[in-house]
Amino acid sequence: MSTRIRTRQRTFGVVAVVIALIWMFPVYWMLNSSFLPYNRIRAAEPTFLPLNGSLSAYGRVFDSNFFDTLRISAMVTGLTVVAALLFAFLAALALSRFRFKGRRSFILAVLIIQMIPAEGLFISQFKLLEGWQLLNSVIGLSLLYIAAVVPFTIWMLRGFVNGVPRDLEEAALVDGCSRLQAFFRITLPLLAPGLVASGVYAFLQAWNEFTLSLVIMTRPENMTLPLWLRSFTEANRVSDWAGIMAGSVLVAVPVMIFFLLVQHRMTSGLVSGAVKG
Amino acid sequence: MLLVPALAVLVAALGYPLYRQAVISFQEYGLAQQFGQPPEWVGLDNYVALVTDSYLWTVIARSVVFCLANAAITMVIGIALAVLMTLTSRGPRLFLQIGLLLAWAMPHLASLTVWQWLFDSQYGVINWLLTNVGLDQFAGHSWLIDQLSFFTVATVIVVWMSVPFVAFSVYAGLTQVPGELYEAAQIDGASAWSRFRQITVPLVKPVLLIVLLLQIIWDLKVFTQIFVLQDAGGITAQTNLIGTYIYRLGLGEGEFGLAAAASWFVLLLTVVLSLYYVRVLVREEEL
Repeated sequence: MSTRIRTRQRTFGVVAVVIALIWMFPVYWMLNSSFLPYNRIRAAEPTFLPLNGSLSAYGRVFDSNFFDTLRISAMVTGLTVVAALLFAFLAALALSRFRFKGRRSFILAVLIIQMIPAEGLFISQFKLLEGWQLLNSVIGLSLLYIAAVVPFTIWMLRGFVNGVPRDLEEAALVDGCSRLQAFFRITLPLLAPGLVASGVYAFLQAWNEFTLSLVIMTRPENMTLPLWLRSFTEANRVSDWAGIMAGSVLVAVPVMIFFLLVQHRMTSGLVSGAVKG
Repeated sequence: MLLVPALAVLVAALGYPLYRQAVISFQEYGLAQQFGQPPEWVGLDNYVALVTDSYLWTVIARSVVFCLANAAITMVIGIALAVLMTLTSRGPRLFLQIGLLLAWAMPHLASLTVWQWLFDSQYGVINWLLTNVGLDQFAGHSWLIDQLSFFTVATVIVVWMSVPFVAFSVYAGLTQVPGELYEAAQIDGASAWSRFRQITVPLVKPVLLIVLLLQIIWDLKVFTQIFVLQDAGGITAQTNLIGTYIYRLGLGEGEFGLAAAASWFVLLLTVVLSLYYVRVLVREEEL
């Protein structure tokens, strides 16, 4: 490599590092601010390193109704993940293993349906759940979430099921396995990574969703985590940014770890599949 | 049989509301109906009321401008960063990817909260920075009061969140261009620019198209960001985009009939856009 190319590469490297630092800064700032005591967060000069910081802000978060909302969020998300995975898995099996009339149009419908934004439908979804007495209920919100994530999970799982060669199942049948055995011994283990990826996708969607939970969970005692963070911010905006940042950290960090684990699979799925943002 | 559970959920939670939305949009469905009065059939009145309401057109125009501006800025920065990734050595590239991933992984509400803190008028680090480089008018500057600066903040946040997806997808597309093509072109005497124009652009075009389309669809329905920023001090009437407008109309004022009619604008726009997207997808993949 000539020196000219090498210096050029180095210049681009420096640019990349600077941009990376700018892009990370908000995340860093959230962590940093969450460790600062009152007097330093409200100083004329910002504190850039949380030296001699404290965890007191986290204590203030735990004293609020954080754990109640965490419980609601956990229930909604759990229900969504389990149901969406189960339903989508069955549908994916049907779509990839059997030929039937309407199969192609079902796949097309799935692709189109999953682009429908909550913002175009929440008014009548609200009316629907109101009519069924399901406003402010975990079941009601989960129902909407399941419908929102099922199309993409079907699409994603279908790709994985297609990836398991039929010959393998047939070989197992020839060797004397029953259909059920062949399924549990051969197909299911091979699909495990796909199920994990789709499950994490459903988890992230349900855990982070804001619009629908804002519409459906109108009572303060039924808030999900994103709603809680919003109202906690409103309540403490004037006085306690450290507490607000600690709340953000608690909402964000567990999810970010999950996201980083499956990011790779999701990116490829996004371009070759279809996904709602 | 295996399709039944999935179908049932979709029909119950999407299909039926879709039907109800159509029905309500032809009815007088306001606060009185909310308290038990039977809704009155009014035909196209809701649509007429909306179409003749100049505020709706303001909101739609605002949404479209916001959407196109955000999609364009996101695409430009995203593509630039993807190209940058191909030009650097491993270390800086990895560092840049980590930076982008962190932003991408942040839940929307958490990032919105952090950005509010960054833009805080009194103790926000952005005002501090601007004041320190000599722009004294930013001392205690309130970003959300003014319409234009409200949307600047919203754009910064939306772009910050969306660039990672574009950058990673385009970068993945770029790395799939076989290196021999470049070598062959170089031997044939093609300049770097014409190699980029003649080889890279056509090969990456499908990815660019899909990503651009997704950006437009997503930016058109942006709700959370605007809603939360309005809470934080924006003036609602000046900053409504179509999503927040429907919300305030329906759940704020109880005008469900009007809100349902307005929802159709969003629905139709996205479905038209996504039909095209689905066509591109289906062409690429054997069903």
